Amino acid sequence: MTLAIDVRGLNKSFGDKHVVNDVTIQVEQGRICGFLGPNGSGKTTTLRMLCGLLTPDSGSGEALGFDIIAQADEVKRRTGYMTQKFSLYEDLTIAENLQFTARVYGLDRRKARVDNALERLGLATRRGQLAGTLSGGWKQRLALAAATLHEPKLLLLDEPTAGVDPKARRTFWDEIHALAAEGLTVLVSTHYMDEAERCHEIAYISYGRLIARGTAAEVIDQSGLITFHGEGPDADKLARELSTAPGVETAAAFGAAIHVSGTDRRALEAAVKPYRRAPYRWSEVAPTLEDVFIQLMGQSQDNVQ
Amino acid sequence: MTGLSGLRVLAVMVKEFKQLTRDRITYAMMLAIPIVQLTLFGYAINTEPRHLPTAVLMQEDSRYARSITAALKNSLYFDFVAQARSPADLDRLIRNGEAQFAVTVPGDFSRRVARGDKAQILVEADATDPSATGGAVAALAALPDQALAHDLAGALAPRMGTAPFEVVVHRRYNPEAITAYNIVPGLLGIILSLTLVMMTALSVTRETERGTMETLLSTPLEPLEVMIGKLAPYVMVGLVQTAIILVMARVLFHVPMGGGWLGLSLGIALFITGSLALGFLISTVARSQLAAMQMSFFYILPSILLSGFMFPFRGMPAWAQWIGEVIPVTHFLRVVRGSLLKSQGLGDQWRELLALTAFVLVVTALAMARYRRTLD
Repeated sequence: MTLAIDVRGLNKSFGDKHVVNDVTIQVEQGRICGFLGPNGSGKTTTLRMLCGLLTPDSGSGEALGFDIIAQADEVKRRTGYMTQKFSLYEDLTIAENLQFTARVYGLDRRKARVDNALERLGLATRRGQLAGTLSGGWKQRLALAAATLHEPKLLLLDEPTAGVDPKARRTFWDEIHALAAEGLTVLVSTHYMDEAERCHEIAYISYGRLIARGTAAEVIDQSGLITFHGEGPDADKLARELSTAPGVETAAAFGAAIHVSGTDRRALEAAVKPYRRAPYRWSEVAPTLEDVFIQLMGQSQDNVQ
Repeated sequence: MTGLSGLRVLAVMVKEFKQLTRDRITYAMMLAIPIVQLTLFGYAINTEPRHLPTAVLMQEDSRYARSITAALKNSLYFDFVAQARSPADLDRLIRNGEAQFAVTVPGDFSRRVARGDKAQILVEADATDPSATGGAVAALAALPDQALAHDLAGALAPRMGTAPFEVVVHRRYNPEAITAYNIVPGLLGIILSLTLVMMTALSVTRETERGTMETLLSTPLEPLEVMIGKLAPYVMVGLVQTAIILVMARVLFHVPMGGGWLGLSLGIALFITGSLALGFLISTVARSQLAAMQMSFFYILPSILLSGFMFPFRGMPAWAQWIGEVIPVTHFLRVVRGSLLKSQGLGDQWRELLALTAFVLVVTALAMARYRRTLD
């Protein structure tokens, strides 16, 4: 087992804001690790520290076997990084963007590599089109092609599919899985639960702290969460009443149904009891990843600023 | 269509005003510009400068000669700053810009005055900027009638209607007082600052604003490589602009190009480098292209008003001249005008070139120091 990412105790502050607090992450080579957490929880900062864009205040570790601080240059050369915003040149053509990337990494056989990438993307016929005129989904695929042009061993993706339609997202994830199958290690931050479930494993970070870690099933198990699923006419309207009941940690409407979750079974039963009557039908279900994350977010709200 | 609603207009107005006051630079500009402009135009700018530095070559030390220098001084236009030892020395003082006027009292002056034999004094004016010397030259007309009035009383008094001596005025470097000779070389400094400072400031800020800088820095590119790669094309832009301006100055405006090519080339190289580094420095401070634009404007405004481009440098009060001395354009204009119009050599220009070198070094050092830290 080789670790592609192995960092311990990373810390980073901006002014008096402790953005990343003692984060330790290990990712095995060839795995896709989903990096989750609410907005402003330090995901982007962690990714930037891993690829040498930021220097950690303290902590240490290796990426691809190179020290992330002392050998940041070596890490950079072998890492592809895709920023949250589309960050290729909108006023250069698709081919020119790839050619630029190829030169910056000092690649050999530049023409062949660029042509290959265009072919793989299915953009060979549109190579002369300005990158800025592409749709959101295509822009992300182009950015992915640029980030992997130098055949990196590690890929860091920062919310790569924000604002992209479901079909384009699926295509994008298929490409990620294909890359991982070739041995590439991927650390990808996301807010989408379906994407989190497509990852081999998940790391959940909140307010700078890593608070859950493992496969999707492990994270659900570790949460100790019990979830009741309620159905019936207007069951979703119960969410507001139930969310304030003691023992209920989260109550959320799913279409016409409702999910009520908590860690204390007895208290949760008591909360639901008044509604255990016709026309409502209740059943215990396995919590979804989303139930777990909403609970995690609720817990860590206590230490907001 | 429901017509104009006062409430809706008010909603937009209130929102706009709130945003305006939150954008601190714009807010500062709105208040600072009238204040700065009024102060500069009101106090600093004087199109008829007095107390101009004057060098004198006394080829005889006589009572008459001393009366003449006293009369010049009393006119308030001339301040004697140097006593030349030889004609060559006098020539050097006016060429390198230490003196705006050079007065020569010839060796036979007293004798000729006493004999009524066409006595002359020579006043040479550095007329590169015609407006800087106009008033002083006009004041010279009254000199012959008044300067020696006390000395030539009684029997020595000249006949009515004839002056005891004559003032010969040489407008050097620009004898026909053509304003374009002064303005066109000056434009070189202004145009280079405008385009180079602003273009670099914008081009780097654009990368930050659009997020492409983050991608650049995640690649093996070194900060210095980014800086050189981004600035080199603008060096080319600067050189092309210089060529266009110089060719047009020659072809359309017949600006004399006396020489001083070595100093001029050095000056241009330093000025282009410094302007680019300044633009880069601005881009490390500015968060948006708008902010970069506004900061460039803060630099360019005083460069136009206080550098001696628009108004005679020596017409400004001392405090404004101090500010002017800190502005790189001031020194660059002296090099360009000195080279083209006055054929200055390196010996005359070393102070200005030194000032430009200091500008390049300081700004580059600041830009590098700031740039390294930008992502952390």
